[in-house]
Amino acid sequence: MKPAGSIVFFTVASGAGYGLLFWLGLLGAGGLIGGDGIFVLTVLALALVLITAGLCASLTHLGNPQRAWRALSQWRSSWLSREGVAAVITYIPAIGSGLCVLGGAYGWAVLLAFVAALCSLATVYCTSMIYASLKPIKEWAHPLVPAGYVILSLFSGAALLATLMALVGEDPSVPALQALVFGGLGAGLKWQYWRSIDTARPLATLGSATGLDRIGTTRPLDPPHTEANYIMREMGFRVARKHALSLRKITLWAGLALPALLAACSLVIAGPLAALLLLVATLLALAGLLLERWLMFAEATHTVTLFYRGT
Amino acid sequence: MTCLPELVPGQKKLGLVIDLDTCVGCQSCATNCKEWNTSGMSAPLPDFNAYSAGAEGVWFNRVHSYEAGEGAAGKTVHFPRSCLHCENAACVTVCPTGASYKRAEDGIVLVDADKCIGCQLCAWACAYGAREFDEDEGVMKKCTLCVDRIYNENIPEAQRQPACVNSCPTGARHFGDLGDPESDVSKLVAARGGFELMPEMDYKPVNRYLPPRKHVVPEQGKPVEDAPTPMDIKSSLLRFMDKVLTR
Repeated sequence: MKPAGSIVFFTVASGAGYGLLFWLGLLGAGGLIGGDGIFVLTVLALALVLITAGLCASLTHLGNPQRAWRALSQWRSSWLSREGVAAVITYIPAIGSGLCVLGGAYGWAVLLAFVAALCSLATVYCTSMIYASLKPIKEWAHPLVPAGYVILSLFSGAALLATLMALVGEDPSVPALQALVFGGLGAGLKWQYWRSIDTARPLATLGSATGLDRIGTTRPLDPPHTEANYIMREMGFRVARKHALSLRKITLWAGLALPALLAACSLVIAGPLAALLLLVATLLALAGLLLERWLMFAEATHTVTLFYRGT
Repeated sequence: MTCLPELVPGQKKLGLVIDLDTCVGCQSCATNCKEWNTSGMSAPLPDFNAYSAGAEGVWFNRVHSYEAGEGAAGKTVHFPRSCLHCENAACVTVCPTGASYKRAEDGIVLVDADKCIGCQLCAWACAYGAREFDEDEGVMKKCTLCVDRIYNENIPEAQRQPACVNSCPTGARHFGDLGDPESDVSKLVAARGGFELMPEMDYKPVNRYLPPRKHVVPEQGKPVEDAPTPMDIKSSLLRFMDKVLTR
């Protein structure tokens, strides 16, 4: 599948924003967020900026973005529609909790932030199911895909929150520990996922796609058109697939394992150095996730390529 | 509404039956499809760089050619590929806006271009590559089974079939109700062992393909020399003697 830059950016930016919102709500409910009202509002604003920037980027993928509001209507059958609905709903408790902080109603703020945390999780899950529900793409219709999106969102969100807390001089050990745990989980999951898609059986063959396996081994002879078309450009992406193995290693080690390790180091080091380590960890994590999402597209294969290439 | 219509007993399922035995790969179905639909309900079907290198555009029908089998039993098969109007159409259920829908009355899968936001998720969900994105208008386009022909009372009754069926010079394309076991197309499918494409996807396509017939391969023995005929005898006398002696 052709990597869509706008969607790669969307799932990374909004994923980090929803992750941040999740930890803010959860740790806030546990009384584990230090800092004053200004700090909480800053974290909340950053989460909403990331979410909104991602959602706006995703609109540029559309052929008719001015009709995007229509996408909220088919939540009964469509995961994309459910994602849209969940994304809109999440804004309500998130902005509500911010207003309660401003108004001094801290009890309500904590409750609404917790609701926003649950909504964030639901939104990221809906995003993942858009991919996981597409049967013709075996690398997406994979049971580890939803878990991967959720875990990596929580990983980047925890790294962000730990960095922000360390930067204002608060003890970042709770979110740093979460970044360590979810970074490790994410690395293990991606390793297992890649091993699984490398050994997965093909969904179909040219023989079953054409029914010509009745005669014998089937191979393409003449293409239906001499130039490319939308189908070949969109589903037949092969550029840089040969670099996939090295890109996987960079994602795994530099994007997931190293940030988790840096978060672990920050647990034993205090002060400005810890803040620096966490900042580097967050930047590495976000860059690694951009690479991971790009690979999600570049490595995905679609059954329609059987008709053109036979494989 | 992008939920699929509930199937009732005797459900009408309009679709195509394509005979891979008689298709000669002439591309007339694809050409006539383009011609009709570029001025039909999905009009226009855009072309980019139409008169230079890199010419490409939206077509609802693409005719591939394959080789199958080996040696004397091997065949060259021409294979038209278009929307199969699946019963279990994932392209419809993934649509977030309700632009993609499957008609309850005849099972035709259509796109309402006024509601389409151009997210292209339906093209990703189709296992068969039947949907092509109109990058000019920013909406998805697909085979309409010529819904603007088959019910069109302004054209002669004999022509109220999809354009691809009308134009096929070998009669390799058939149109009808595959939900009715007594229809001509259903009988044809039963008689010829028609099959569906990629059954493992469980999309339950309505269109059927008829397999190439098994041709009897003649024995590869020594050629037998023909016996001379009476006209091979040039002399009329000898010809007369041959006639007498043959009696």
